[in-house]
Amino acid sequence: MTETAATPQQSDTSSEQPILEAEGLVKLFGRVVGLRGVDLRLYPGEVLAVIGDNGAGKSTLIKCLSGAMVPDRGTMKVEGKQVSFKSTQEARVAGIETVYQTLAVAPALDIASNLYLAREIRRPGFAGSVLRMLDMKAMRQHASDHIKSLGISTLQNINQAVETLSGGQRQIVAVARTGAFGSKIAILDEPTAALGVRETEQVLRLVRDLRDQGLGVILISHNMPNVFETADRIHIQRLGGRAATITPESHSMQDAVAIMTGAMTVPEDEQSVR
Amino acid sequence: MSNEASQEAETPASAEELVPTGHTPAQRIQHILHGNPALSPLIVLVLSIIVFGIFADNFLRPQALSLLVQQMAVVGALAVGQTLIILTAGIDLSIGMAMVLSSLVMVKLNHDNGVPGLLALLIGIGVGILTGVLNGVLVTRVNLPPFIVTLGTFSIFTAISLLYAAGQTIALGPDALLVWTGKTLSIGSVSVTWGVILMLLLYLGVGFSLKNTAWGRHLYATGDDREASRLAGISTDRVLLSAYVVAGFTVGIAAWIVCGRVGGADPNAGLNYNLQSITAVVIGGTSLFGGRGLVIGSLIGALIVQVFNSGLALAGVDPNYQVLATGILVILAVSVDQWIRRVKA
Repeated sequence: MTETAATPQQSDTSSEQPILEAEGLVKLFGRVVGLRGVDLRLYPGEVLAVIGDNGAGKSTLIKCLSGAMVPDRGTMKVEGKQVSFKSTQEARVAGIETVYQTLAVAPALDIASNLYLAREIRRPGFAGSVLRMLDMKAMRQHASDHIKSLGISTLQNINQAVETLSGGQRQIVAVARTGAFGSKIAILDEPTAALGVRETEQVLRLVRDLRDQGLGVILISHNMPNVFETADRIHIQRLGGRAATITPESHSMQDAVAIMTGAMTVPEDEQSVR
Repeated sequence: MSNEASQEAETPASAEELVPTGHTPAQRIQHILHGNPALSPLIVLVLSIIVFGIFADNFLRPQALSLLVQQMAVVGALAVGQTLIILTAGIDLSIGMAMVLSSLVMVKLNHDNGVPGLLALLIGIGVGILTGVLNGVLVTRVNLPPFIVTLGTFSIFTAISLLYAAGQTIALGPDALLVWTGKTLSIGSVSVTWGVILMLLLYLGVGFSLKNTAWGRHLYATGDDREASRLAGISTDRVLLSAYVVAGFTVGIAAWIVCGRVGGADPNAGLNYNLQSITAVVIGGTSLFGGRGLVIGSLIGALIVQVFNSGLALAGVDPNYQVLATGILVILAVSVDQWIRRVKA
């Protein structure tokens, strides 16, 4: 993460290097075309929404980007370096954190343990290297600091089991996880589905906080008002391809729906591909 | 872990009682039990010891209590491995028969083939670990449900044991290393066998690892929600396999303890141990749905079963009531678990 990346405004950063770049992604499922050559660019410090009707290739695109699926064709670059992920773990090492629609949290474990799941800190010295003991104190401290730095007030007790949290609080834990380990890219798949109004607002605020910290955020959502409220740019998928990339300023929600359904096309020069 | 549980038992969340929450007393109990899975079995154990202390003569005599602990050592050791499997939301129906096979290998190598005791012991433990590897590979690589896998391996281990031993019980001499676990160690009027100490060491080691290492965290998380754990970056297959391998090791240790206890190996002894180990784990508060429970709970669970058996026997009750009591305990324990799982914030 660079210093300049921390600015949320990116209108004057068109010369900046994309943090994630995908070109010509193709994914076939037998004879069904999942993706037909999709391009996507994500810059640090922006929220790029991905919308589209069911079957438009949103999930396939996200799975390719997060390493859950290997595309048949196409290239991907993270910070200008070519990558090809064979697993979500490889994507994570490259700095891409994904929050899946099915919450990737372990309900019986506490918040701190969940934040540090699969990257636990061990104690220094003998206790850590030979007895392999975990440094619970450090993990709780860091987790608590991280939660505080995000301005999340709803999670008070870091030792609380996740299953005792509300849906929104769980989602906040899952989203907070993405920003906790110096990752550069957060992919959020329907993070506000099944949440109440207030909880949705909390999660979206957290999404903007992640952006303001300089992460590139990809937000998949069906909820148009959420998308227009939060996103800097909107990538619209249709029939396995990219129909257009617009901004909330350049187009209305009606336009977005029209593009999704094919009722409207946007000329290249009116798009916000960057 | 045991300290924590027993401390909480004496002062049940006094701070929480002061906070004026909107919870009913039942909900508060639900919360406390939810946070301390070993608490309800501990209460049952203490109550049952008190009740049998009153109604069964001689029950609280040190000799009777020593014998009680010696009698539960084998089930107690197997329950360690069974707890690991059940924490991963699996079940091991083959664990008792695997132990019989392992003990037969130890005894036959030593007695019939003249293999030195230590080597026979190590090979026997190796056989125990192999049974775990077999179960683990079938569960993780072939992707079969643990219930089916261990139902199958149970029959396989039974057949191999009976064929290997030709259906006969083999006795060992009193000096062999293999029966060392049956030797007693007297502290005052209390005498424990080395087998009991070995069993307690198993609880200590596995309990420590579950609580303090990343492996333990991952085991709980995998049992809790396997898909979520995989997405979080845990290699769940390796965690599952490791649980079966460690369970295989406890099988080997349990086999050594059973050698000391019966002074040899009996190919027909395995059937009951399977169900007894599951009973101990379930009564000990570990959830059959995975991800929830403590290994110390299984020790308490094994003790509860033995307290009922010994207590009812000393009270002169028909032995069939022991079986009845175990059955009721299991159903009660699972009911309590279901109730606790419905906890709300």
